[in-house]
Amino acid sequence: MTTSKSIVRPYGDTTGDGMVQLSFTLPLPHDKRAEGAALQLAKKMGMDPAMVVHAKAMGPDFTFFVVYGAVQHLVDVREVQVVERDYPLLSPKEINAAIKKTLRRPLVVVGACIGTDAHTVGIDAILNIKGFAGEKGLEYYSEITVVNLGAQVAVPDLVEQARVHRADAVLVSQVVTQRDAHLHNTREMSAAFREAFPADRRPLLVVGGPRFDETMTGELGVDRIFGKGTTPAEVASYLVSALIPTPTTRKKAS
Amino acid sequence: MSRSPYVTAANDPRRMLDLDPATIRTARSLARKAGAPVVKLAKQHTTVSVERATLRLAGLEGADVEGIPWVNRLVDVVREQVGLEHGVALPVWDAMHRTGDDLVTVAQKAAAGSVTLRLPEGKDAARAGRSARAQLARGVRRIDAQRAARDRLIGKYGDPPAPWIYLIVATGDIYEDMPQAQAAAREGADVIAVIRSTGQSLLDYVPEGPTREGYAGTYATQANFRLMRAALDETSKELGRYVRLTNYASGLCMPEIATLAGLERLDMMLNDSMYGILFRDINPVRTFVDQRFSRQVHARAGIVINTGEDNYLTTADAVDAAHTVTVSQLLNEYFAKEAGLEDWQLGLGHAFEINPEIPDSFRLELAHAMLGRALFPDAPLKWMPPTKHMTGDIFRGYLLDGFFNLAGALTGQGILLVGMMTEAVVTPWLSDRDLALQNVRYVFNAAGNLREDFRPAPDGFIAQRARQVLGEAVDLLDRIVDDTLLEAIADGTFGLMKRPADHGRGLDGVVRKAPGYLNPAADLLEEGATR
Repeated sequence: MTTSKSIVRPYGDTTGDGMVQLSFTLPLPHDKRAEGAALQLAKKMGMDPAMVVHAKAMGPDFTFFVVYGAVQHLVDVREVQVVERDYPLLSPKEINAAIKKTLRRPLVVVGACIGTDAHTVGIDAILNIKGFAGEKGLEYYSEITVVNLGAQVAVPDLVEQARVHRADAVLVSQVVTQRDAHLHNTREMSAAFREAFPADRRPLLVVGGPRFDETMTGELGVDRIFGKGTTPAEVASYLVSALIPTPTTRKKAS
Repeated sequence: MSRSPYVTAANDPRRMLDLDPATIRTARSLARKAGAPVVKLAKQHTTVSVERATLRLAGLEGADVEGIPWVNRLVDVVREQVGLEHGVALPVWDAMHRTGDDLVTVAQKAAAGSVTLRLPEGKDAARAGRSARAQLARGVRRIDAQRAARDRLIGKYGDPPAPWIYLIVATGDIYEDMPQAQAAAREGADVIAVIRSTGQSLLDYVPEGPTREGYAGTYATQANFRLMRAALDETSKELGRYVRLTNYASGLCMPEIATLAGLERLDMMLNDSMYGILFRDINPVRTFVDQRFSRQVHARAGIVINTGEDNYLTTADAVDAAHTVTVSQLLNEYFAKEAGLEDWQLGLGHAFEINPEIPDSFRLELAHAMLGRALFPDAPLKWMPPTKHMTGDIFRGYLLDGFFNLAGALTGQGILLVGMMTEAVVTPWLSDRDLALQNVRYVFNAAGNLREDFRPAPDGFIAQRARQVLGEAVDLLDRIVDDTLLEAIADGTFGLMKRPADHGRGLDGVVRKAPGYLNPAADLLEEGATR
């Protein structure tokens, strides 16, 4: 299949068949009526024809459904908006060399999980030597100094630590998303940094987490958002390109 | 060994893995050597939370208009006016004698400044000590009565076969949790765990009353404990099966939460000797002091503890760090037994967290799980599902959970935390739990007795790996004994976290006991006395 295709539909086993699978629960006892209700929902969602391939009672009041069907929708790939990587991916060696050559001191990164979030898995994957997806974390880079503050760091403490360590960049991980906690915490954090630092001396603010929308940087007041699956090298490459105006980042090949 | 519900002569993993009994004895004796100085340190100190737990055991409930519990207010006043190094019992019961007021009135007056506390001496001190002991003994007898009530209910309904199916409920609202927990019990859960609100472990107080707001969990409060236990008692009766209730002690309020759990008949508690230090950056001394008192309460209350070794494997690599799990289990066992817990109360933890991409990952899991079973034949052991390598691909996750269940069946685990295919995606939906329980039921129905036929070759991969991990655990324990446990924790030996003894949260709540320190609650627990 060519990549130039701009209109696509889901693919079951034939091009253009539009087949999707869907599972959900309705708060209804399992009977014929409930199955009809499941079909009605599928149709309203644009699945037509739809088949209830599985229905199972979960206790007296709920039924679980698996539905297969064809959706009528077309996807226009030209209208899709994503944040493409706009910096070159560098190797650890290149990153260390770039920092050494231009900054002539280690690049300082302060990382934390803020608010009540105790899930350090994200920040640790990026910062710990252990790393993620076979890539070593930022602690591995000889020219990057990492201060990992760990879990449940209060925003004022993060600002203070960023100041004490003269952070070039602050990395914040947010996993817990209940009641949009990740968004509230990020806004609080970016506001605190804007208040505490003059614009030209503010560290680069980077947040990451599995449920962030990478296009929301402006809204959240941060410089960059990284989503699920981001690797340490991507973060390190971004930091170098954003903090160090070197020939490697001068101009993108078009 | 024949009396163990988990191990029989025919499937004794110690023999199947050909573990050297002398090595196992060495491992235990090293754990004792590593732990003993910490126990000594714990006995020399008290904490604000131990003292608050004492007041809770004496029946002090409620909070001021700002929601600050009276136990916090009173302990703060004692600390300010006479210091905590003698304990709260002497100044508080002395004030009750002098004013003729009951405990809550003294707390209110002390907070308002209308009564001034003093450290009584001579006859006054003896009188205050006697009254405190009498009142605290009533609290201890309430815990005893709850334990007897549990035994009675289990006698009436019987216990489910191992492994007990452990399901988590976490809505944030206790009134939503109750019907969810009841539904989960009807679907087959033997144990219901109510996950706490994120960050509660870092609160230096226990919130009051029923709560309806929490982040990724529900606050642990005495009222919530009581409501949930009553709901599950109702369901136990309906099902003719005693449904156990679990909550979390670990954190800054370990002693208090343990006490409330004993008073409200919770059946299990997450209580790890080092979790707070490593994963919450709570001061090591604070944790070890709190941990010891809380475990003494659990021992008395007949509560099964669950330890948190799964956490090491989510921060460190599950293969490289396998021996740190064994070391932590041995330390948890030592600290637990020192505090009076018995084998049947030790839900020592381990988890299925090896990267599924590496070759032979399932055989490695079996080796580690069998090693745990071999080292602790009479302990229930808590088997925890994959979380680190759950990617959001729910279909693959469902398969992984199936293998987790199979490993649990093959290695005779006592408590099986049911894995959710939506781990790392959402808090479990109703359908996730239903599908997860179908997975468990299928595996145990199809292969629950496979253990009878499962004999790893004596010199095969599994047995060799188990012996290797045990050997590495002994080496590490050796280094810890040389280095001291507190230094090892400071160095990042566990979970790659570095936690020095003079840092961490809650350090200012640690007080060295003075000669003449009195805590009748601790005495009653140490002595096993009822009066």
